Amino acid sequence: MSSLYFDYNATTPIRREVAEALAPLMGPEGLFGNPSSLHSSGQRARAILETARERVASLVGAADSAEIIFTSSGTESDALALMGIAFAHRDEGRHIVTSAVEHHAVLKTLQDLRDTHGFEVTFLPVDSSGRVAVGDLERVLRKDTILVSVMAANNEVGTLQPFNEIGDLCREKRVVFHTDAVQWVGKVPLDLKKSSVDMASLSGHKLYASKGIGALYVRRGIRFHPLFQGSQEKGRRAGTENVPGAVGLGVACALLQKELPTEEPRLRSLRDRLEQGLLKTVPRCGVNGNPVERLGATTNMFFYFVEGESLVLALDQAAFVLKDPTVPGVEISTGSACASGLSDPSHVLKAMGLPREKIQSSVRFSLGRFTTDEHVTEALALIPRVVERLRSLSPLWQEAVS
Amino acid sequence: MNVLVAMSGGVDSSVAAALLAEAGHRVMGATMLLLHKETEFGCCGSTRDIEDARAVCARMGVPHYVLDFSGSFEKNIVNPFVDSYLAGETPNPCIACNRHVKFDALLKKAMALGADAVATGHYARVVKKEVTTQIPHPALSQEEREKQDFLPLLGEGGPEGRMRAEELQKETEKPLFRLKRALYPEKDQSYALYHLGQAELARVLFPVGNLTKPEVRATAHRLGLKIADKKESMDICFIPNGDTPGFVKSRAEQTGRFSPTLSPGPIKDLKGTVLGTHRGVAYYTRGQRSGLGVSLGRPVYVVSLNAETNTLYLGDDTDTECQETTVTDTVWSDGSVPTKPQDFLVQIRSRHTPAKARVFPTPDGARVVFETPQRAVTPGQAAVFYEGDEVRGGGRVAEVILVTREDV
Repeated sequence: MSSLYFDYNATTPIRREVAEALAPLMGPEGLFGNPSSLHSSGQRARAILETARERVASLVGAADSAEIIFTSSGTESDALALMGIAFAHRDEGRHIVTSAVEHHAVLKTLQDLRDTHGFEVTFLPVDSSGRVAVGDLERVLRKDTILVSVMAANNEVGTLQPFNEIGDLCREKRVVFHTDAVQWVGKVPLDLKKSSVDMASLSGHKLYASKGIGALYVRRGIRFHPLFQGSQEKGRRAGTENVPGAVGLGVACALLQKELPTEEPRLRSLRDRLEQGLLKTVPRCGVNGNPVERLGATTNMFFYFVEGESLVLALDQAAFVLKDPTVPGVEISTGSACASGLSDPSHVLKAMGLPREKIQSSVRFSLGRFTTDEHVTEALALIPRVVERLRSLSPLWQEAVS
Repeated sequence: MNVLVAMSGGVDSSVAAALLAEAGHRVMGATMLLLHKETEFGCCGSTRDIEDARAVCARMGVPHYVLDFSGSFEKNIVNPFVDSYLAGETPNPCIACNRHVKFDALLKKAMALGADAVATGHYARVVKKEVTTQIPHPALSQEEREKQDFLPLLGEGGPEGRMRAEELQKETEKPLFRLKRALYPEKDQSYALYHLGQAELARVLFPVGNLTKPEVRATAHRLGLKIADKKESMDICFIPNGDTPGFVKSRAEQTGRFSPTLSPGPIKDLKGTVLGTHRGVAYYTRGQRSGLGVSLGRPVYVVSLNAETNTLYLGDDTDTECQETTVTDTVWSDGSVPTKPQDFLVQIRSRHTPAKARVFPTPDGARVVFETPQRAVTPGQAAVFYEGDEVRGGGRVAEVILVTREDV
């Protein structure tokens, strides 16, 4: 019994087209060269690497493919941007501004810059829908502010930040603006060259390429200090390039660019159907985040009197829980999971000021390319049963309904 | 059967899970997160034990989850543990954890998740005994009820008689679950499970309860489990360095629980003569010999700790002997509180040879009178009542009446 996957914000499958595009790179006759080598194998590898770079540049609307640096992950892209700017500009100032709802890749890096490198970090609050107010940013910017990093779209609740306005303000105040666009790229049409974004991070495995590849967009003219020293990526990210990873990412970007106009509304309507269906059939549940300004394929919902952690586990093991071997599992998550497999109370929902009962009972559904109408139908048949089962054993629920 | 296995990452619970999976049960592995290291943005670390449990599950092809019980653990185990030491007692946190976390919070969660039973790696056995009570059908008249004695004859007398028989033969089948020592007593852990009542015993499995430790390790090897030779942990899980006094002190300070028992006070002999100064009675335990800093030319032992006066009393080994103790918070395995005194074998700490005693039920629990005096019966520990190898009940040692003196 294959399970119903509703966790695309965590990771996506590698598309067949991506896998097929990689076949010519394998084996002794394949395109295996080191892009830095002078010989023909090296030149061929260089050529496909640059094609990949152009494809990524095209999807995000970069002015020039040289503005794309390949990295190992979204996390590395974030670290390269944040640490790179901090270290390059430390003599001009040591103040950095970010939001309270960033991904851990940003939060933890900035914590480290604060705790071990002497930077000062201001965390902007968000409203109950998870959005930063540009006015708040304006108030905290100082003469010694060297960097602002606010994500484009939140991974947990899907809320979109007013990043164009933030970018414009940063431009006006001459502060570098970085955005973690991991959940944004490939989901919404982008034209970075027309925006005020200076740096943007993206990750391959969130858009149907493989894990182990990411990219950082760096607007021409932005100076930063590389984390690894060496000649690759124009000296900005040393280490022999992950050619297969980059080629896969390039193919995935090219496909997304083509499909985006039809795929976005398709997923939005599936998400709405799932959300509306649950709101209708499950008592005492609701949606977290901004109802309008949010990603089309993400919904974060609370189910009172059910622990989010238990719901994730119970949906995964729906056959066990319902004692019915014919039902599939449903794969979802609470906020962001970490290595131990345990989820913490979401810092995003906390920052949104949600009450404890909501935070503890919230889970995220995220849809993607391979989500079908049938998947939503099956999930809608299953989720209410599992929620009811969990609630039937909760004394608090018994009290609430009696 | 759907079984949730509580997995610590050690060899016993790993083999418990593996044996159940091998037997064809639908197994779900769960490792409880008991201690949570809070950071600013609240992400957790990954511990070695979680990884070990996960690897075992992966090997057996069963799912594994980490369940957060850190809140419950802090509230029900760690805080009372510290309070107990501050009151001059010697608590047993493993029993408290079994009682309030593993076989309560976890058991409830497992039931909510559709489990039919929870299994652990404890060395103990649960034996199910069918008890059949014949009760008369409620529709029967008083006169007919009294005819119960004629049951063997029923069935005679035509259709009417047969119908009567059916009515009378309605039975309540009430299985009785008995908790017994492990088959091999060296590893027996039934002492730490005495509090399990019928509701819990009906829902727990101890798959290694009739195996020896070498058999458990051999099973782990046979199944190719990486943890087959993993060292056994002897420490209290939340005090990995074994420094209980240090933990009690820092924990009490962190949580603002100041107690005079953390400060130095007098050491006296049983006649009341001051022998020296101790560091605080919270740091000592009854029967303790080393680390007293008093030299009398003969071995001396902690006989009593008075938390109110922060006084430590020392004496000879025999002075720690007690004939009688009160027990509070008693539980009875079969759920029925006895009304008459009963003789049991009573075990008063985890490595103690049970001693013959008569247990007198009292309104607050029980009074235990030993046949021969027992050394270092310690408040805060459990007194468990055995009948042969079967646990019949137990409680918490409260007031100990020493043989030598009663006023220390």
